[in-house]
Amino acid sequence: MPDYSWPTAENRTLIGKRISRLDSPDKVSGRAKYTYDVHRPGMLFGKIVRSPYAKAKILSIDTSAAEKMPGVKAVHVIQKVGSTVQWAGTEVVALAAVDEGTAADAARAVQVKYQPASYLVSDAEPQPGQAEAAGPMSNDDVWDAIDNQMPEAAFIDYIKTHGITFHPAEDDLKSMKGEGMSDAGIEALRKAEYHEPSGSGHTNYQKAAAQVTGDPDKAFAEAEAISEGLYGSSVIAHCCMESHGSMSEWTDKDHLEVHISTQNVSGIPAQMAEPLKTTAANVHVHQDHMGGGFGSKFSADRWDITAAELSRKAGGKPVRMMLERSSELMVAGCRPSAYARVKIGAKKDGTVVAWQSQSWGTGGPGGGGMPPTPYVFNIPNLRKEHVAIRNNIGPARAWRAPNHPQAAIITMGAMDDLAAKLNMDPLELWLKNLNIAGPREKTYREEFTIASDLMGWKDKWKPRGQNVSGNMASGLGLSLHTWGGRGHASDCDVTIHPDGSVDIKMGSQDIGTGTRTTIAIVAAETLGLPVEAIKLYIGDTSYPPSGGSGGSTTPGGVSSSTRRGSVDVREMLFEKVAPTLNAKPEELEAVNGTVRVKGDASRSLSWKEACSKMGAVPLTARGKNPDKSKLPDLTNSGVGGVGMAEVEVDTDTGIVKVKKMVAVQDCGLIIDLKMAESSCYGALIMGISYALFEEKVMDQATGRMLNPDMQFYRLAGYNDIPELVVHMMTGKGYDERGVIGLGEPPVISPGAAIANAVANALGTRVPFIPLTPDRVLAALEHKAGA
Amino acid sequence: MKEDDPKTLTQEGSGVSRRDFLKISGISAASVPLIGTKVVEAAGAPVKVYGPGKTPVTLMVNGAKHTLQIEPRVTLLDALRDNLDVTGPKRVCDRGECGACTVMIDKKLSYSCSTLAIDAQGKQITTVESLAEGGRLHPVQQAFVDNDASQCGFCTPGFVMATKALLDKHPQPTPEEIRRGLAGNFCRCGTYFGIRHAVAQAAQKGA
Repeated sequence: MPDYSWPTAENRTLIGKRISRLDSPDKVSGRAKYTYDVHRPGMLFGKIVRSPYAKAKILSIDTSAAEKMPGVKAVHVIQKVGSTVQWAGTEVVALAAVDEGTAADAARAVQVKYQPASYLVSDAEPQPGQAEAAGPMSNDDVWDAIDNQMPEAAFIDYIKTHGITFHPAEDDLKSMKGEGMSDAGIEALRKAEYHEPSGSGHTNYQKAAAQVTGDPDKAFAEAEAISEGLYGSSVIAHCCMESHGSMSEWTDKDHLEVHISTQNVSGIPAQMAEPLKTTAANVHVHQDHMGGGFGSKFSADRWDITAAELSRKAGGKPVRMMLERSSELMVAGCRPSAYARVKIGAKKDGTVVAWQSQSWGTGGPGGGGMPPTPYVFNIPNLRKEHVAIRNNIGPARAWRAPNHPQAAIITMGAMDDLAAKLNMDPLELWLKNLNIAGPREKTYREEFTIASDLMGWKDKWKPRGQNVSGNMASGLGLSLHTWGGRGHASDCDVTIHPDGSVDIKMGSQDIGTGTRTTIAIVAAETLGLPVEAIKLYIGDTSYPPSGGSGGSTTPGGVSSSTRRGSVDVREMLFEKVAPTLNAKPEELEAVNGTVRVKGDASRSLSWKEACSKMGAVPLTARGKNPDKSKLPDLTNSGVGGVGMAEVEVDTDTGIVKVKKMVAVQDCGLIIDLKMAESSCYGALIMGISYALFEEKVMDQATGRMLNPDMQFYRLAGYNDIPELVVHMMTGKGYDERGVIGLGEPPVISPGAAIANAVANALGTRVPFIPLTPDRVLAALEHKAGA
Repeated sequence: MKEDDPKTLTQEGSGVSRRDFLKISGISAASVPLIGTKVVEAAGAPVKVYGPGKTPVTLMVNGAKHTLQIEPRVTLLDALRDNLDVTGPKRVCDRGECGACTVMIDKKLSYSCSTLAIDAQGKQITTVESLAEGGRLHPVQQAFVDNDASQCGFCTPGFVMATKALLDKHPQPTPEEIRRGLAGNFCRCGTYFGIRHAVAQAAQKGA
């Protein structure tokens, strides 16, 4: 059997080097076509009429005036009269017209009468007694648990104790498994006791089952130091630069062509087929480039299905439906909030022994799960209670490293306050407790040593509130994080043509993370060719399916399938070429644009000559991941990273400036060092953005989002970016683990590190991020009054 | 915004202030719609009133002349994208906040989402598509490639245009000039680090 394993360091010519992204020239020149840029002949423009109310019953819908307007080609009523919308911005009616102005005029002509109902858009701390006890899980609740990565044991325990309010269909269970539910979880659902759903519907405040480990009461009683505090992070939006949306066109009555801005090309047909009453085989999906998703673009959304409905009604004409910026911010996903009152107990030497948290937060109508606290540190004695707030802010979606940044804010904040209480340098406290930091303990130790040097931690760090000059207070903070990142299922076809050209077909997508470049580097390395020699066909359902790009699963998935396919097709070529070189196939190697006998440069053919020996028919091999018949496993799971931040706070204005950030990160074998570093720099910047600026602000009086634009939904700009230092862990102990994804991990720590740095600067904790001037000044006022 | 800010959005040449515009709007709304362009007096000066309905609009885009039939309310951005298939300028915020739609109008860096197509007539409109000559990237574009200054790439054309305008005006920009020159654009993926190095590279090479 050929050797599929990754080449060793001395045999790598491309893997791990700094290689420029292959699609950059198209992006910098405006040639790259995104879904939003697709313009088909006769294309109609879709527009959606949205509910202005956070919660309202629809009394009537009158589209007659809109339908009569010249240029309006299709109208589709999405909501039934009598139904209740659950958030402001809910899609009610959609229409398509010859141009965007006409579509907007027609949307204004649609008359919808609502009966507004009382709503909740707050995620403030529940009052005592406000939350209802945990009850049986509905189908939605189970999906919510999956989305929030509820620990398997807690899920099974919950289902056993409380039962479920639905009869799980096999199809449902299958898709739950597909989304990450374990076999044991599926089994628990099969065996779960059925309860009638309660007639009153959902309460807004729902307790989750409390989780207890060890003996927290005894541990707190014996603890030599106890710190208590309040920590949390607000709801934020995804704010993808390319808004959500798609263009659909029925090319005949059975066949649907879809261009869609998605992280999940291969998964879209099945999602669209069912609501459109067609088959997945009839739906063809294509996407060349995608303008940002960050976890919010895995599904065919209601507006995508609607665009296809409108196209059908308009005789198959193409209909483009891209969300306006306001809708993008209001309805296309948000990151759940998470807040917690935490008590943490330790010995005098800093050994953490006990944790107790009462947390709450919202993920919109689904409520949202308990944040996975304490994060990374397996504190032996703990008690956790959580209240999920189901409210009317619109649905949550996965946001880069779902739940981890929130858990880091809470956990690292509590640890940092504990260090202050113990008069310890936080770095010492973290190092002291790394023995309970799980399988990445050694990685964290190495990383903290490097990060500490890069930050100049030992020289710069001062105890809380002791680095003040006039109105400027400076401080340092740190955090650590982990993530899985094992490669997803991925198929590809690698083809060598008789003229020597090579192509790869894979249904994956490049969401800006460099997937094209990753695939090309792996294939080129394996075939001994330059990266430019690999022609890539991706982003299309005509090609072998590859998983959705989420959870940092893509690099491991696509590099593994590409490696296996490339090795196999290379072996097929060797079979054809061996007689010419008077050698056995297994004696050949493909290096430096040649096929030659190993170690004998005199018995060599150029790549082109070698390929001419194959005859008229190209050679193709299917590469797969996972593939237990073609070992070794080329991907792995579990990375560690640390982050450090240095800030300066103006105590007169409350304005926080980040002065420097350091990220040290491991991700197994790095395919492209340049892109890996970019991923970390970008994550640090995104971290600064959510730590200081971003918040989905809900208006309690109207139930609507107050800042659905890019002026007041503020992203970090060029001028908010300080000195950034990134160090990637490579070499022995890292490379041999195989390829692990990097999208999520580096975005986890920045918020926690910055929040801790601000606490160090001010000498008091600003409980919640974003650390806006009002919150900073309130914390200073509280400190002065305390 | 300050006078020398490259992103200042004035309607140079139209001679119509915001207050005048409101007055004109009032007049046109009260008047009977006519075919062709109507001239009314507003603020003591004759002003052409376009629309409602489609009107011929002639644009000079990247050196080529195009005449479109569009409504007067269509922005330059939408005219470029939907009528001329010039999709380098991106539609993101559609209200002059993010810079993804940045183009040059004559020598002025402008948000094309906040400029009406009819107001861009008679001016040279330059988009990111025009920078590469004969398939060779402009030094600013090459610097973006070399420094990995794009991830999803949706903000990139706007940043490339802003960087080019900055370096055209200040070939050796001071940090303050860079801050001001790139303050009008946002990126979500966080490519500012790469952009910072791209600006440095392009400035050194005399882009």
